[in-house]
Amino acid sequence: MQKRLIVNQQLLEIMVMRLCHQLIENHGDFSDSVILGLQPRGKYVAQRIQSTLSSILGKQVPTGLLDTTFYRDDFRRRDTPLAANATKIDFLVEGKKVILVDDVLYTGRSVRAALDAMIAFGRPANVELLVLVDRLYTRHLPIQPTYVGHQVNSLQSQRVLVEWKEQQANEDAIWLVTKSDE
Amino acid sequence: MQELSVRHLLGIKDITPQDIQLIFETADNFKDVLNRPIKKVPSLRDITIANVFFENSTRTRLSFELAEKRLSADVINFSSSSSSVKKGETLLDTVNNILAMKVDMIVMRHSSPGAPHFLSKHIPANIVNAGDGTHEHPTQALLDSFSIRERLGEVAGKKVVIIGDILHSRVALSNIFALQKQGAEVMVCGPITLLPKYIKELGVKVETDVRKALAWCDVANVLRIQLERQQMKYFPSLREYTLYYGIDKKMLDSLNKEIVLMHPGPINRGVELSSDAADSHHSIILNQVENGVAVRMAVLYLLAQKG
Repeated sequence: MQKRLIVNQQLLEIMVMRLCHQLIENHGDFSDSVILGLQPRGKYVAQRIQSTLSSILGKQVPTGLLDTTFYRDDFRRRDTPLAANATKIDFLVEGKKVILVDDVLYTGRSVRAALDAMIAFGRPANVELLVLVDRLYTRHLPIQPTYVGHQVNSLQSQRVLVEWKEQQANEDAIWLVTKSDE
Repeated sequence: MQELSVRHLLGIKDITPQDIQLIFETADNFKDVLNRPIKKVPSLRDITIANVFFENSTRTRLSFELAEKRLSADVINFSSSSSSVKKGETLLDTVNNILAMKVDMIVMRHSSPGAPHFLSKHIPANIVNAGDGTHEHPTQALLDSFSIRERLGEVAGKKVVIIGDILHSRVALSNIFALQKQGAEVMVCGPITLLPKYIKELGVKVETDVRKALAWCDVANVLRIQLERQQMKYFPSLREYTLYYGIDKKMLDSLNKEIVLMHPGPINRGVELSSDAADSHHSIILNQVENGVAVRMAVLYLLAQKG
């Protein structure tokens, strides 16, 4: 079995803290900025970023959840049906600096769908992308992240698995898993 | 991942409680989409849907058309009153001609019960039954249950009475199946001449006194008297029907409990429902219309995934 640990809990905590400080450098007190976690798995990253930012800044940063299911370009082309998740955005996106947050950046198609989905809530001032893991050289679309936690070289037969305690994992960790072993 | 157990939505009888649950969960998401500044998603942009209506309809056709457009599907509308059906073309030929134009889904209303079932055996497109004679009207039943779930939290365990012209109603039959599949208790109420003989075999309670029915229920789904489908006189006069089966605000207030009042429309105001009842806080009639678009979006979206 090949399930290789690429980021352990301690390193993941440092990564999240570093990403938060990078965000603060560009967004200050977040008075004009909002975070959108991409459903389903970007939700956990966004929540972790939000709680870390709020402990540093002493205030809550507006954070929403964005589901991209209805905006995907692979509808009817997948082996398994797409089930939608909840979108929960309690603030206006119009004129804001938006930080899209996801766990893994692979082909870029989810992010393209997210840009479409986000526009339905208004026209943002600008949009940035934060990902925990950037799978290098795997992009189908010209999309690059603004903030990256960790970069990996991976094969198509592999996938990056991000586990969180919130999902009943023993500890937070990022793994590189060979698909045939799952 | 869950998916529908059927390729066509021909009737509620054919689908499972899990299908209904999946449709509702998807409709919840589409209702959210409908409340956004931009109420459109690109999900069905590569799909063409034909609304084939062999019988008159206003709200169902508009609701389907809006649902299709909100999903970015290409839409064509067909109405038999201005078509070759008048020249003697068969149903299958008409639909095959439409399909030859590369149509992927058919939303169909027909005056003959079973017409969409017949078509589903002969054509490759997904079919949604938008009402077949006095048989079934599945999307109406789904949106009715969805509206009950929205108002009362759940359908299971609720007591629902369907009042009025049960004999000529496709809404009643689909509603009975949908409500029972979700664990509700169902009663039908109306003049004995408008209750089908077999109705008890469906496991529903039968009542002819509307006051007793209202006292029993949590939800009253009032149906329109379908004079256009009645071949003979089933009751002496509309005035007498209203006297015995009409529901007004005074009657609702006298119940000393909250009930939910529904109607699939169009209402004969002053016949089955008085205006003060139809517009009262009990009524969720306009919620039903609103939910209709979200539920139909969910049905079309899920069926499109079945190819």
